[in-house]
Amino acid sequence: MTEPGELLERAVAGERRALGRLLSLVEQGGEAADGIAEMVHGQASGQAAVIGITGAPGTGKSTLVGHLVDGMTSSGARPAVLAVDPSSPLTGGAILGDRIRMDGVAGGRAFIRSMATRGHAGGLALAVPAALRLFETCGFGPLVVETVGVGQVEVDVTRTADTTVVMMAPGMGDAVQANKAGLLEIADVLVVNKADRPGAEDTRRDLEHMLDLSRITGLAQHWRPEIIMTTATTGDGADQVQTAIQAHQAHLADTGQQEARRQARIRQEVLDRVTQHLGTKASQYLSTNPDALREALNGDRTPAATAAKISKRLLSNQPPI
Amino acid sequence: MTQPAAATGDRAPIRVVLAKLGLDGHDRGLKVVARMLRDAGMEVIYLGLRQTTDTVIAAVEQEDADVIGLSMHNAGHLALATRILQALDDEGLDVPVIIGGIVPEEDVDALVAMGISAVLHPGASAVEVAEAVRGSLGDRSVRD
Amino acid sequence: MSGVPVDPVYGDGPLPGEFPYTRGIYPEMYRSRLWTMRMFAGFGTAVDTNGRFQEILRHGGTGLSTAFDMPTLMGRDSDDEVWSAGEVGRAGVAVDTLADMEDLFADIDLGSVSTSMTINGPAVVALAQYIAVADKTGVDRAALSGTIQNDILKEYQAQKEYIFPPRPSMRIVTDMMRFTTAEMPRWHPVSISGYHIREAGSTAAQELGFTLANGFAYVEAAQAAGLDVDDFAGRLSFFFNSHSDFFEEIGKYRAARRIWATWMRQRYGAASERSLMCRFHTQTAGVSLTAQQPEINIARVALQALAGALGGTQSLHTDAYDEALALPTEKAARIALRTQQIVAHETGVANVADPLGGSAYVEWMTDEMERRAAEIFDHLLELGGGSILEGVYEGIDNGYFVGQIADSAYRFEREVNDGTRIIVGVNAFTEGDDGEKNLLRIEQDTEDLQLKRLAAVKQQRGDAAVRGTLEAVRRAAQDPEANLMPPVIDAVKAYATEGEICDALADVFGRYTEPAIV
Repeated sequence: MTEPGELLERAVAGERRALGRLLSLVEQGGEAADGIAEMVHGQASGQAAVIGITGAPGTGKSTLVGHLVDGMTSSGARPAVLAVDPSSPLTGGAILGDRIRMDGVAGGRAFIRSMATRGHAGGLALAVPAALRLFETCGFGPLVVETVGVGQVEVDVTRTADTTVVMMAPGMGDAVQANKAGLLEIADVLVVNKADRPGAEDTRRDLEHMLDLSRITGLAQHWRPEIIMTTATTGDGADQVQTAIQAHQAHLADTGQQEARRQARIRQEVLDRVTQHLGTKASQYLSTNPDALREALNGDRTPAATAAKISKRLLSNQPPI
Repeated sequence: MTQPAAATGDRAPIRVVLAKLGLDGHDRGLKVVARMLRDAGMEVIYLGLRQTTDTVIAAVEQEDADVIGLSMHNAGHLALATRILQALDDEGLDVPVIIGGIVPEEDVDALVAMGISAVLHPGASAVEVAEAVRGSLGDRSVRD
Repeated sequence: MSGVPVDPVYGDGPLPGEFPYTRGIYPEMYRSRLWTMRMFAGFGTAVDTNGRFQEILRHGGTGLSTAFDMPTLMGRDSDDEVWSAGEVGRAGVAVDTLADMEDLFADIDLGSVSTSMTINGPAVVALAQYIAVADKTGVDRAALSGTIQNDILKEYQAQKEYIFPPRPSMRIVTDMMRFTTAEMPRWHPVSISGYHIREAGSTAAQELGFTLANGFAYVEAAQAAGLDVDDFAGRLSFFFNSHSDFFEEIGKYRAARRIWATWMRQRYGAASERSLMCRFHTQTAGVSLTAQQPEINIARVALQALAGALGGTQSLHTDAYDEALALPTEKAARIALRTQQIVAHETGVANVADPLGGSAYVEWMTDEMERRAAEIFDHLLELGGGSILEGVYEGIDNGYFVGQIADSAYRFEREVNDGTRIIVGVNAFTEGDDGEKNLLRIEQDTEDLQLKRLAAVKQQRGDAAVRGTLEAVRRAAQDPEANLMPPVIDAVKAYATEGEICDALADVFGRYTEPAIV
């Protein structure tokens, strides 16, 4: 196996295959991933814009991403895309199909990596920022993360972006559903795709109405997301989405929120790592100390009280019960 | 619930790029195979129809694929196999290629001699398909 | 055979030839006229295929059926290095320019034959080339008789031989319907094809529901383009699969006739009897042929052909037993034709119209097929806000069709895998497979010949005329009121290639990429 250090040198020199391999290593986690994180540390400026794109399946995210990325490469940027799709909860396998549509539109000029959720929230939450840092170290930017906006994991991943684009379409993933899923709260740019369909105007009106309400309740005092109508199949409106993303980033810079978001991201990542670390410890503890569960299992103690007792022991590094 | 791979050091799922080169539009077999591999716990990067050697190679590099699966349906298998193996060789990529589809028995030996890892015929079972993928990796099937 | 005299039909209720035509579109069915035994052929260069055509005509045939090679079907020229290399002339004949179409029909009177052209994405170019041959040989366009498949909707759903996105493609189809309605009264501008939907893995009920829905979509599109339903509906025809589940297939054909007649009368206001009749061609299921013990495919094909005959098909293609391995050899193709000749002349099924009508099981199956198709129509109407056409567009866009078909295909494979479905020679009774050695091989010579041919045509033609006519095609594409047929005919006559004309259209319409529904 090629050492990560050598891989990183080659990846930074522009070898896509080496970057592909490194991405697998950080996705896999563990010691190799930690080692790569150390090597990359200080090399990535943390300045590349991170754009999150989310929305219900079938709203046209991948095609729009293709157009956005196409526009970015045309203006001289080197975008990279992380396309996150769910793994099968039953088998752990996944079919990752976003690449076709993006690549078809973007003509093969962007680096696209498909990532499966692999059934564990913690792993994905760690893998995404690590992958983004690798991209940046290799000179890519802007960085686009596309997720299916259905689960909390995906929403969380997207929420760490500088600019979050929430996509919907008449009939599927419409304004009401998006609102229920908590997607409106995280949106910096709203896109109504399939603008040529009947119902697109209704979706837009619904959105305006909801934004008005949230303004009254004070949820969105600093930034009112612009609503862009697009037809991803033809690329109509993609330029306006790009402009709206840039406007939002200028807003972040002007108001100092860019730094606040960066800090929030680091905080979240540290929190995720601690959570995962503790979770792993707890899991190992239960595997190696089956007796610890006995009181809960035979009903002498509530699960909550058992958990409190184990947590206390774990955190104070006391020996097993 | 399964443990996070990061925590246990479990091996990562095998990643397979599935594509159809050329103009032929029969993708029934490719789609069935995609589901079979998913159900065998693998990650399928599905490229689908009308791919070129360039798009397949780009996907293999960027997606760090372990195996390439190509569907063939219109008697062009010898020419297309030559083309993809040449392209892999040019790029210095050592990734096994499996071909599925209508391939006359007498051509199977020629394809294998050329460097194709396995040839799957229509009607191959889910077990056969998954075994062909794992088998093509040999002792690499446990990923480093 | 024993000489027992039989009536043309048995039973009461609506008889064959009576609305809603469940039992057949003609009163006496095959007793008055047998189904047409139409065999699909074509490979190599246009000159090779012309030789086959001449032979068919010498033997008294009047129907010519053309299979094109993959580059031609996808709107790519033979000299397209990325897409065509290795595929020229392999699965059918290569037609790049009018010169090839002239070779294909050299010394054949287009006014006296009926031609079937199986092409969809670039159908407008192929029809224009055919018309141009007629114009140049002095045959009146109104005398041209035949069918062009031109069923673009099923391409997005199943066969995947599309070029442009659905809406502009439908505009091309309606332009062709308008043009043929005005100038070519004997031409069938669309053959609505469930065959490929089934081959892609659908169930019989999905084949029925999706295909008829596509038919309704063409009717709605043509009506929206200002055509009167009775001016074109009589020239729409269908193309179904005949798979192995015998009674399901028969129920499917009977339900198709009943649904079509009912909907055409009630929903689309058709009055002419021809508009109500669902006429169809049938082909046995290529996908059911096994590579293992290939000879036993002859028995499968015979039973599938029998289902087609009992279901009242107007024409039939029987597959060759070696088609799971390669293009058919001449011997295998002959056995396939002999198979349907046995069904027609030896079994006696042609003596009585709808001989299974009245069977409790067959009538139940017919009703069940109709009910399942109705569920599909309801879903599409909901997707399309009351319009089948819009519902079909939406179903293409959101992956409904490909998803449903992929689900069915996967279910089928799993059943074969776990043995709940038996396929003889594949997962049961597997002894005795000694392979098949005599396979048809297409040599590279064909491609080389065609490349030389195309280069010569490009050398001789007038470049200014090509540029000018292609620009006119682009302008017509930009104008939704214009009809694309006349400028495409002009471009073809200037020897613009199929690829150049498709590129010009793609400049305006864009090219289609399918949603990633696996």
